[in-house]
Order: sequence, then C-alpha cells, then structure tokens
Amino acid sequence: MRHDTVIIGAGPGGLAAARAAKRIGKRVLLIDDNWGPGGQIWRGYSGLDIDGIDKRYSTQVSDLDLDCEQLILACGARELFLPFPGWTLPHVVGAGGLQALVKAGLKIQGKRVVVAGSGPLLLAVAANLSKAGAEVVLVAEQASWGSLVGFGVSLWRWPEKIIQAAGLATSRFRASVWPVSAEPGRVVMSDGQTLQCDYLACGFGLVPNLELAMLAGCKIESGFVSVDAMQETSVRGIYAVGELTGIGGVEKAEAEGEAAGSRTALRGNHGAFVELLRQCFALREELKSLAKPDTIVCRCEDVTLGKIAACSSKREAKLQTRCGMGACQGRICGSALEFLRGWPPDTVRQPVHPVSVQDLLKQKETANP
Amino acid sequence: MPRIKLNGTLYDVPAQTSVAAALMNACFTARQSIEGEARGPLCGMGICFECRVTVDGIAYERGCQLQVRDGMEVTTDAA
Repeated sequence: MRHDTVIIGAGPGGLAAARAAKRIGKRVLLIDDNWGPGGQIWRGYSGLDIDGIDKRYSTQVSDLDLDCEQLILACGARELFLPFPGWTLPHVVGAGGLQALVKAGLKIQGKRVVVAGSGPLLLAVAANLSKAGAEVVLVAEQASWGSLVGFGVSLWRWPEKIIQAAGLATSRFRASVWPVSAEPGRVVMSDGQTLQCDYLACGFGLVPNLELAMLAGCKIESGFVSVDAMQETSVRGIYAVGELTGIGGVEKAEAEGEAAGSRTALRGNHGAFVELLRQCFALREELKSLAKPDTIVCRCEDVTLGKIAACSSKREAKLQTRCGMGACQGRICGSALEFLRGWPPDTVRQPVHPVSVQDLLKQKETANP
Repeated sequence: MPRIKLNGTLYDVPAQTSVAAALMNACFTARQSIEGEARGPLCGMGICFECRVTVDGIAYERGCQLQVRDGMEVTTDAA
C-alpha cells in the first residue's frame, strides 16, 4: 500500500508526527529499528501504540527509496562515547546504554554502578538505576559547578523541567569529575579516587543520528539538520524532527513532530533550551587527552589513537587504518573524532547499516521485478 | 518463560528480555574484537554493534535489538 506520510523513528517526535498526520487524514507508515514504539526515552512503556496507522518495528532502514509525499525523519540521537584507557572493557557501558539494557531485562539489583560523563541524562539514569535496586556509587558530571548553577538558574523559564530535575537530585553527585581510566571491576576518576564498580555507565552527551538525513542530501548546519518553520528540510518533502534538529529533549521533539505531521508551523520556542544545554554541558578540553596512543579509538577495527596520529581526516584514517570501517560504520569513533580531532563528518553512502546479501538481493528483485 | 540456549547451556529467561541482557545476566560477554578482546554491549540501542552474536545460525545479530524467543540458540565468539 502506498502511504502519504512515512515516519522513520517511533520515539516522542515520530509518535507525535504519526498522531498528527493521522488526524489530518494521511495514510501513515511508522518504522522503527526497535521492537516497539517509544524510542530510547520511552523504551518499554506501554500504551504508546497508535491504532489506524501501519507500523513496522524491528526494521532497519538502510537506504531511502520511498514512494510517499512526506518523509519525516525522527531518528533521534545516540550517546557520545569518548575513548579513555579501558573504555572497551565489558563492564564499561553507555549511561543511556545501561538504562536501555536494564529496561530490556538486565538484572541490576545490588550492582555497584558509577554513572559518569555529561548531561542531564546522567541524573535520570542514576535515579532509574537506584529505583531498580542498583547501588549508585557516584554520579560524575564533567561540567563545572559554575556551568551547572548557570543551568539551574536559567531553568526558571521551564518550571516543569525544574520539577523533573529536583526529583533526580542525589547526594552522590559530583561536578568537574570524569573517568580517566578503567580496569576490570574498577574505575579511576579525575580527582584521583579509584572506585570499585560492577558497571561504569558512561556517556558524554548526545549526538544526532544524521545518517539518513545526510544520505538524502538534507542541509546540515553546525551538526544538525536545518529545517523551516514546518520542519521541512532543504530537500522538498523530507522533514526532520526531534534531536536531529538540536538536542532538546522530549517536549521539543513532540512539538516538532506535531508541526511536521500536521504540516503547521512549530509552536513555542525551543531553541533557547537547546542552546542552554549546549553551553552548560559543553565538553572540557581535558577530555581530549584521555585517550593515549595505545588506546583503541575505533572499537570495530581495533584501531588505536596512535595509528591515526598522522592522519588529518576521517577519510584518510579510513584509507590508512580502516578506522570507522567496521560494523558500526564509524558511528562511535566518528563522533568521538569530531570532538577529539575536530574532523568533520565523512560522506554517507547506502546502505547506512550492514545489510545481509540476502536482503540486498530482495531489494534488487523489488526494484527490477 | 522462554527457554533459550546460550553457548550450549539452557536458561529460562523472562519474556521481553533482550538477548544482550540475557547474555549479561548469564555473565557472558558478546563478541571478540579482531585483536581478541572480549567485548560486551555498549550502547544498548542498536548503534555500536558490540553485542553482536550468532542467533539460530545467523551471524552478526545485534543482541540488544532482539528479544528472546523460546527455543532460541545464541552463541558468542568466545564459545
């Protein structure tokens, strides 16, 4: 069946877009890589499903060749992982990553967890892990108290966010602290203390999943997709919502999804909150020197920082060392290297995810029956 | 409760559990890196591919994006 509106991503933005598009009478197809709706933030919540639209979950989009009048990209964000000695050990996981695993059945009861990195997500993760029975040893935020106080003071403009933040406060919180190395069962922090832990849950903020927008040729500005008042990108008929247009959380994503789905102008000003987050949780320079020459940067291909020392771009690193050429296609090391070395993103080619030969053949048969 | 086989041993795993979480609960790591390091799940959301395992004979499946099914057979690189 042909659909009017195809939405990629069933998180808050994609769901809001789907509801709005359905409301104005569009035939909607909602696609998501996960097994159910909710995205990362609402992973595992019930009651999110929308009736009266077509849905395809557990479906990865590796190329765009869609026959529809409107494509809405709601691909969300991933965590930024920065390399440091020991970050490839199995007990080092993402902060959002550990939360996602717990929501998917990982037993965390009684486990000692150090939560570290940057951003408001850390407190949310720590609160959820505690609720699930984990012993949160420390929540280490790399930003300074000065930045955080500035963040807190500016929050008066968003009273609902103050209430959220207050609910997450913990005495285990420390500012201006970050992990410098990990060894099996423990982590050494920048203030010199060594902490025993079952897991180090570490993420340095969020970066948008831009691959499909870049593949489609949408204009990207300062790391995010450029959109007009109705969320349309520079490519006619392709819209972008949520974290793709600026890291701003659920309320922004829902408002943008509503605008794109209903094809009306975005309500409210969400740019100020995006800017506030960006400024207050800006990553400090010291984090650029955590990785040593023998620290692995590209986990897929086991490429160390030393091996790419002489390279001056992602392309060169790829050609010389296979850095960024593994299964994740540079999603982890590429984002890290944008911060560590200031390297701009490389071009994106399809398939944007590894695809089995069988699936490629199926696609060819559909294209040339 | 689905009964699955992890590296040859049977486990009863609550429904809705991801393969990645089931592996971690059973104290298994996932893949072996090309230099031989044991790796476990990192991102938990289908991005990093560190949790890839062989499921019912199909290699390179991401454990975090797959829920356990009764009779499922999962093998990791180290096994």
